[in-house]
Amino acid sequence: MRGGTTLLSTLLLLGTTVARAETVAIVGGTVHTLGPAGTIEGGTVVIEEGTVRAVGRDVAVPPGARKIDATGKVVTPGLMDSMTRLGLVEVSQVEGTNDTRANQDDRFTAAFDVVDGINRRSILFPITRIEGVTRAVVAPQPGKSLIAGRGAVIHLDTERDDWLLSSPAAMYAVLGETGAGRAGGARGAAMLRLREALQDALDYGANRAAFDRGDRRPYVLSRLDLEALQPVVKGELPLVVSVDRASDIEAALRLARDYHLKLIVAGGRESWMVARQLVEAKVPVLLDPLANLPESFEALGSTLEAAARLDKAGVTVAFMTGDAHDVRNIKQAAGNAVSYGMPWDAALAALTIVPARIWGIDDHYGTLEAGKDADVVVWDGDPLEVTSYPEHVFIRGVEIPQDTRQLRLRDRYKELSGEVPVPYRP
Amino acid sequence: MSARSFQPFLALPICLVFLSSALTAADKKTAGDRPFEPPGLYASTYKPLPSRPTLITNATVLTAAGERIEGGSVLLRDGKIAAVGRQLAAPASTVVIDAHGKWVTPGIIDAHSHLGVYPSPEVDANSDGNEATDPVTADVWAEHSFWPQDPQIPLALAGGVTSQLILPGSANLIGGRSVTIKNVIGRSAEDMKFPGAPYSLKMACGENPKRTYGDEKGRAPSTRMGNIAGTRKAWAEALDYRHEWEEYQQKKDAGKDASIPDRDIEKETLLGVLDGKILVQNHCYRADEMLEMIQVAKEFGYKIAAFHHATEAYKIADVLADNGICAALWADSWGFKMEAFDAIRENVALVDHAKNGCAIVHSDSALGIQRLNQEAAKAMAAGRRMGFPLREEDAIRWITINPAKALGIADQTGSLEAGKMADVVIWSGNPFSVYSKADQVYIDGALIFDRSDPARQPMTDFSLGILGASGGDQ
Repeated sequence: MRGGTTLLSTLLLLGTTVARAETVAIVGGTVHTLGPAGTIEGGTVVIEEGTVRAVGRDVAVPPGARKIDATGKVVTPGLMDSMTRLGLVEVSQVEGTNDTRANQDDRFTAAFDVVDGINRRSILFPITRIEGVTRAVVAPQPGKSLIAGRGAVIHLDTERDDWLLSSPAAMYAVLGETGAGRAGGARGAAMLRLREALQDALDYGANRAAFDRGDRRPYVLSRLDLEALQPVVKGELPLVVSVDRASDIEAALRLARDYHLKLIVAGGRESWMVARQLVEAKVPVLLDPLANLPESFEALGSTLEAAARLDKAGVTVAFMTGDAHDVRNIKQAAGNAVSYGMPWDAALAALTIVPARIWGIDDHYGTLEAGKDADVVVWDGDPLEVTSYPEHVFIRGVEIPQDTRQLRLRDRYKELSGEVPVPYRP
Repeated sequence: MSARSFQPFLALPICLVFLSSALTAADKKTAGDRPFEPPGLYASTYKPLPSRPTLITNATVLTAAGERIEGGSVLLRDGKIAAVGRQLAAPASTVVIDAHGKWVTPGIIDAHSHLGVYPSPEVDANSDGNEATDPVTADVWAEHSFWPQDPQIPLALAGGVTSQLILPGSANLIGGRSVTIKNVIGRSAEDMKFPGAPYSLKMACGENPKRTYGDEKGRAPSTRMGNIAGTRKAWAEALDYRHEWEEYQQKKDAGKDASIPDRDIEKETLLGVLDGKILVQNHCYRADEMLEMIQVAKEFGYKIAAFHHATEAYKIADVLADNGICAALWADSWGFKMEAFDAIRENVALVDHAKNGCAIVHSDSALGIQRLNQEAAKAMAAGRRMGFPLREEDAIRWITINPAKALGIADQTGSLEAGKMADVVIWSGNPFSVYSKADQVYIDGALIFDRSDPARQPMTDFSLGILGASGGDQ
């Protein structure tokens, strides 16, 4: 009997049950809409058929709706991490579970696609989403190649077959020290290699038929890689370049200008030093606000005030962890950005509406407004505070159960002595 | 103020007491002429910076001795905590700080730091934390790698850290001596060495040693059983060495001809542990493995002060408490390797919850050390979420008095009690909030860091002039 229960609950944990969108009214909370309505004290959020039906102070609770009393609570959109390895890694140092990079492959791997490796049944998804993160960008890491490949935007209710939101969402490349290392030891060599790849992609795009006839010069990339780069050289697909040193960011900006690329800077430790150029070029920065160690000679300008300085200068900033297991701590990172000068609203925006715009999904995500997907979190306090937890997490209108492998371990070992021996506890 | 000039010399007698206690007559029964360390050398040359009598008033005071005092005061005098209470009078010429709305705690102590041995920038030239050339390197001392100009040191200070244990890495089964430092930049490790603090020995089990040697160097250990075997061999050899000295001592005492044994730097440290002078800090993740290491400790007659990282400590919280072993833990780091797969957010709270449990929140990270208060806050919140009635006055112990216990310095620092070192932090608000920052940090009564006064913010030589006027954090 016990075995049966365990099996059933395991199935629940893995999310194989069919969750149904219900009608829910979240009443009485402080609602941060991130939209034109701003913050509403004592507001109501109505969720129906997976979408936000209404938000406001005088919104009627639909008949039959489940009512959640959010008095004294805080309601926000679900949060988004703009650079993760979620689904690509289960245990970082266990190679068989790590699909973040093609680290044996020294070709360009522009056609590498994270979607091929994402395990949507990873235990990291429940662990991450019960803490209020409902969407994420999954990015490849650089292997041996300057161009790592293609990333995707995903929903974190990964038990749904339509978990994949946007793919490809971006192309990823590295410059700076890492890029130099990949290209033979100099930053100039990395730029040369990257230009070579972009030139080839442009030439191929204009001469596909000739290429297929064998009537073009040799390219440094394979056909699939050249295809993958087409939307990049057309300026349609963002090229996310991981780069930290101010001068390297300037070099990336020059490259983007020369090739009309849609550039996004990731990492950007010293991006605050080139804020003006970033604003002028309308290039957003994906930032980890906690990364303040001068841990390399390209990161000497790292500072906890980077987020505040960029925001003040008018640079578009979205937050990222670049992590998998610790994605849930992105709230803490945002809280520290506030502690070091960023306005609170801007920090919450860097986890919601700003990434929504960067990733082109703001038509249905990023704010609490009627008609948008019901990614809604009810927090027991300030969402950026380290002692706060979500009490309810809705993704596309469905409440996520507070059930993870970690909570089960906790409950199994809460009482070390007990009638039921540990191995028989659920 | 003139009395301040005496201040630097206060540390000296303590340090001498320690050295002499290491070589007292009582010890001679076991140690005899056997050297432990050259007397007077490598000793602490730390001198507190000048201080003025300071009265902090109107604060919420967490003493880490169990108390929370609203509207509390702390009086710092002659480098010590002179008094803690509600209504303290300010003696003449005392600096009075109105800390209304602020919180005061003991200085934060990190039981697991690699600052100075793994400095920033992380270049190979400065990477000195693992002597990964042999699985047993009890002869190396972290202080001999320690770079006092590591720009990460002032960052930790801005996070309220007043003392930290600098350990060698975990590549080796026995990685070498660790050193406790005061977070006051000096010209050498000795200049920062916590006066009177015992040494610690870094030990490691699990994945790191077996990977470093078995996978990467093709030699033992390559398995967990190889780890334990290598560790036991080292201790057995230490016992042989002790025996050699005992035989020598017996012959000498009997007036017989005896040749003095060769010095063995490695064994001197191992016997320091068996003599109870050096504490054992054991890197270990898995519950079953910690239980094995307790067996090894019992076999050779030493005590483990703390298991470090101990991601599965919650599974054996009762055993750890019964054996008087602390667990130095992360709040929520997990999944980066197999032995961290079962880590849970409630680990700290569950270890703390066991009767006589000793939970520590540590960093093992130049990032984490900057906000151990936040890490403790997350651990506290996780405990509350599972129904434990944890208060700030409970959780503060995880980053103050409990690490002080594990480092053997709890009689000198770690709580706000009269007579202890005046290692104190004034926080802008509740330290268990992401929005609170260390406004002022006092070490031995001296104002070492003041967030509102750039002149009171130390900067390492390395950081000087690199970025011009508007640089990074360091």
